[in-house]
Amino acid sequence: MTALTDLTLADARDALAAGDVSARELAEAHIAAMDSARNLNAFITETPERALADADASDARRAKGGALGALDGIPLAIKDLFCTEGVMTTAASHILEGFIPPYESSVSAKLRASGTVMLGKTNLDEFAMGSSNETSYFGTVENPWRRDGDNRPLVPGGSSGGAAAAVSGRLCLGATGTDTGGSIRQPAAFCGIVGMKPTYGRCSRWGVVAFASSLDQAGPMTRTVRDAAILLGGMAGFDPKDSTSADMAVPDFEAALDGGVKGLRVGIPAEYAVDGMNPEIAALWDRGKTWLKDAGAELVDISLPHTKYALPAYYIIAPAEASSNLARYDGVRYGRREDGGDLTELYENTRAAGFGTEVRRRILIGTYVLSAGYYDAYYLKAQKVRALIARDFTQAYEKCDVILTPTTPGPAFAMGEKSDDPIAMYLNDVLTVPASLAGLPAISVPAGLSGDGLPLGLHLIGRAFDEETMFRAARALEDAAGFDARPAQR
Amino acid sequence: MAVDRETVIRVAKLARIRVPEGDLDTLAGELSNIIGWVEQLEEVDTDDVAPMASVADMKLRWRADEVTDGGVRDKVTANAPDPQQGMFSVPKVIE
Repeated sequence: MTALTDLTLADARDALAAGDVSARELAEAHIAAMDSARNLNAFITETPERALADADASDARRAKGGALGALDGIPLAIKDLFCTEGVMTTAASHILEGFIPPYESSVSAKLRASGTVMLGKTNLDEFAMGSSNETSYFGTVENPWRRDGDNRPLVPGGSSGGAAAAVSGRLCLGATGTDTGGSIRQPAAFCGIVGMKPTYGRCSRWGVVAFASSLDQAGPMTRTVRDAAILLGGMAGFDPKDSTSADMAVPDFEAALDGGVKGLRVGIPAEYAVDGMNPEIAALWDRGKTWLKDAGAELVDISLPHTKYALPAYYIIAPAEASSNLARYDGVRYGRREDGGDLTELYENTRAAGFGTEVRRRILIGTYVLSAGYYDAYYLKAQKVRALIARDFTQAYEKCDVILTPTTPGPAFAMGEKSDDPIAMYLNDVLTVPASLAGLPAISVPAGLSGDGLPLGLHLIGRAFDEETMFRAARALEDAAGFDARPAQR
Repeated sequence: MAVDRETVIRVAKLARIRVPEGDLDTLAGELSNIIGWVEQLEEVDTDDVAPMASVADMKLRWRADEVTDGGVRDKVTANAPDPQQGMFSVPKVIE
């Protein structure tokens, strides 16, 4: 029999329903896996007692024959950016160390209500600002993968690096992530798993520690496309507590999976084929095109002319929103405090001690581009460019139904390799940021290995609120890719 | 535009983050690089383009102006670093 930690979320759900396994057995298997994988540092807080209590409650519900949630008994990891009532929530920042939320985020509350089992809170870049999980106050996460014949630790990507490592390393059946510019999709590609960012507004932001509110979106991280569709079903839905939550019915994403791609028009954007693209990534992209074509899709050349401006626009808009959102960490109402002679000194000392260098850098950039005399030149300009990027997609979708690109410019890199050069680090998100700025749903599917044995992802971008078509294409890619490589540590 | 030491000091003051003297030059260099890099947006013709603040194509919802929550003072102050008599505390601000 397959080890319990190797089951897909869908298989575990079916095994629970058939009575072949109990929620407690699933929880215990994953707790044991977490115990033996501490070196990955995937979790900031493990909650084994809570997991066992959740699992026993699920088993009891099932034994009684009462109403069950769609995900009853499924062990999940929750990114430590979602506030969880009574369980420390840090955003991987020193300034929130010890913060115990008195409330539950809407997404994690929905997952609780559907019967899931919480294994713990996963590590991330501080306040989700990073692409390698190296900015966490609680230490770097190790990618479970290694280059062939090379045991040096690699980064898992970021910011949802702990979630990606936990799913890849078989420490949970699925995890919640959040994506602002690529923070679900890039680590999913680096760790050989599926990571999906829904349409902006599909999942509630209420109770998720805010980074850039016009971009932040929660989404599922899993080992298969089917699992992502199932988990998204448990996370999505209208929430009156989030003013940008979409008041729309949640489709049955899983039911959409197996529709096939016959006649589907897949857009191939010319601008993503940048000079100097890693030849392995270009070859992977070509294979993806062939797979979809062979499955009956039609490839369509499209143009997204403002693509090259997406990243610089993002690095104005996201820090600007962050500088405003992070103003709340003042050492007065919650979080860490450093005393000072007067109130201003208290603020300045608290924030100097509480924020790490990348967060400080982004707050300063954001404050600069919003400050008097610079607002129009930077922030307003970036918002206008954002409008043009969104318009590019609207025009492209007149000719196609879904867009195929690679997820990242390359595979996972070694720890420390890019941490000295902020712009080199930012370039990790060059392929994922445009969809974020346009608020579109997008998914990374593991599709192959680099020459030195590391996973690579293909990226599909859908129309707003048309996750179903995107999932359908993702399922076809997954099927054709037949990705069955396993990380070194699992 | 290059960001100099004085600008870093001014912005840090606005952001209420104390920056140690020894970090000023490094930060000025890093911020200059980032600002220099984002300035490529100047190439884009954005005349007659309306700025996009949100992708959510929606009007903000209204709700009845009524109390739906509250009466949880102890929960609200439970995470405060120095709560006193059920209140947040700060250094003296009025002489």
